[in-house]
Amino acid sequence: MYKYNDFDEAFVRERVEQFRGQVARRIDGSLTEDEFRPLRLMNGLYLQLHAYMLRVAIPYGTLNPSQMRQLAYIAERWDKGYGHFTTRQNIQYNWPKLEDVPDILSALADVEMHAIQTSGNTIRNVTADHFAGAAADEIEDPRPVAELLRQWSTDHPEFQFLPRKFKIAVTGSPNDRAVTRAHDIGLRMVRNDAGEPGFEVIVGGGLGRTPMVGKVIRGFLPKADLLPYVEAVVSVWNLLGRRDNKYKARIKITVHEHGLEEIQRLVEDRFAELRPAFGGVDQDLLTQIEAQFAQPHYVAKSTAAFDAARAANPAFRSWSDTNLAQHRTDGYAIVTVSIKKHGATPGDATADQMRVMADLAETYGHGELRISHEQNVILPHVHKSDLPAVYQALRAADLATANVGLISDIIACPGMDYCALATARSIPVAQEIATRFDELKLEHEVGPLKIKISGCINACGHHHVGHIGILGLDRAGVENYQITLGGDGTEDMVVGDKTGPGFAYDEITGAVERIVLAYLEVRTSAEETFLQAYRRVGIGPFKAALYEQGEEADAA
Amino acid sequence: MSRRFTPKVITANALLEGDVVWQTADDRWTRDIREAELIEDEAHADIRLLDASAQRNVVVGVYLADAKAGAEGPEPVHFREAFRTRGPSNYAHGKQVEV
Ligand code: SF4
Repeated sequence: MYKYNDFDEAFVRERVEQFRGQVARRIDGSLTEDEFRPLRLMNGLYLQLHAYMLRVAIPYGTLNPSQMRQLAYIAERWDKGYGHFTTRQNIQYNWPKLEDVPDILSALADVEMHAIQTSGNTIRNVTADHFAGAAADEIEDPRPVAELLRQWSTDHPEFQFLPRKFKIAVTGSPNDRAVTRAHDIGLRMVRNDAGEPGFEVIVGGGLGRTPMVGKVIRGFLPKADLLPYVEAVVSVWNLLGRRDNKYKARIKITVHEHGLEEIQRLVEDRFAELRPAFGGVDQDLLTQIEAQFAQPHYVAKSTAAFDAARAANPAFRSWSDTNLAQHRTDGYAIVTVSIKKHGATPGDATADQMRVMADLAETYGHGELRISHEQNVILPHVHKSDLPAVYQALRAADLATANVGLISDIIACPGMDYCALATARSIPVAQEIATRFDELKLEHEVGPLKIKISGCINACGHHHVGHIGILGLDRAGVENYQITLGGDGTEDMVVGDKTGPGFAYDEITGAVERIVLAYLEVRTSAEETFLQAYRRVGIGPFKAALYEQGEEADAA
Repeated sequence: MSRRFTPKVITANALLEGDVVWQTADDRWTRDIREAELIEDEAHADIRLLDASAQRNVVVGVYLADAKAGAEGPEPVHFREAFRTRGPSNYAHGKQVEV
């Protein structure tokens, strides 16, 4: 893992002390809210519905055990004993007091963390594949590049007042688990004809009010050209981007308005200017960073204990069927710890649970933890012989739900339970759907199905790319939920189709149930997933299940 | 004729805790909407909003929210304002346990 150098350390400490002074001046009245607001946002501090909210960056979703323990400590000392992992691989605290925030930031700096650029019109935390460095299908670990981008973008003088926020995601695998096509810039590692690794550069993706699938602006970018090329993209947009209208300011609209070809031409011109200025210092730095992301020292030992536990314990077998992914090294597995217990808040972990995960990472996981954009926690390198022990410890901490990738593994944004921008709640909708399918004991039979819920059009819950997407709206003073079907957040990203009129708060779980039952009707076999069936039969049978039944009831 | 004025309360978040507060008739900030001043006149609402906004070192984000008279005092009209009187629905946190 990347270790702060003296510069990083001094920079973060200085920012904490600056903010401490700013908070003091706000409290004694020498700063007005208008003056203070941009300063607190630069440090990740929002004012939400019931309280302040502090958003802490988890760069490319990677944590070590002492960082996770510190997050637990902060939750207990200054919040209500838990934290919320977000769809951008960050953690949010929902109840900090203004006066305490400088101390929280100082506690974060103690473990090389901060909340800088988690808000505002800057380049935000760079996200990455949560299986990075472990995935069997990976070309290269994308995190060194993500760290390089983090260093380059942090406090970059040209990019502190962008037209709007700017999000970059990077994956080292052809199978995209980082939703790169829904980012301002998506970087997907590919090989050229000579077999060298480089990046497919995707630009102008995004969800929100105007969902757009990102477009390939460069099919193959050599790794060494990455920083100047990304800088060229951001700088072209920085000049062209619409500062007059915040709904048109994101790069997706710039690309849409000017056309991909024009943007491509401008970016290549700018790149030609910038490229010579990058004299290789960036590559030296990258080499140093890469050394810090060396693979752990894997061990070779028998996996008999794993096979025996699978044979003896059906609950363990079920968990290992859903929550494990293939590791690149023989004998190892990638563990996804579900933070989606049926009926609980998606992405919320208590301080105790954080400590258990930190301990497991230390004892069995080569000291690594990841946060996924799907709001789960990953132990990327666990030897299979240790899985029974890991499972037992997770069970004792209420963290062993066997549902990864299934209906109850729901992404939900905070919605109107916390977020000041929300138009409806999303958390209780997720809770109710998960509880319902747990009662029906259907989710394992249904198989892979991604439900994603947002509490407003900003789409932090990625509803557009949910197989079933749910968007909470305010329709004439009541919560109303619009459903989309067939969305897909992978390398073949598709924005889901709206089914029709929305559903009331107390109707939405029933509506989802009708969709799922309709799928079980139409699928050719258990092998045909929800998404495959939807692509084959289209929206018709699902619309019928959603709306016709209601009409019959009305007619009766 | 202008539309009839919907009664309002003045609300904001407290600067230090971020907690939801309402303005009372005697110029305090209360954490309980039932103690808030229910404003039934538009001109008075404008003046009270100015008063409230001037207290910028106590509260943040002052605005007028629709409300109605209830048995124990003002009650929220919109569901967002109702949530602000209670706290989140996923935990017993905030006003539902503190007020
Ligand atoms: S989607 Fe809307 S409600 Fe949900 S977190 Fe984002 S801004 Fe808030």
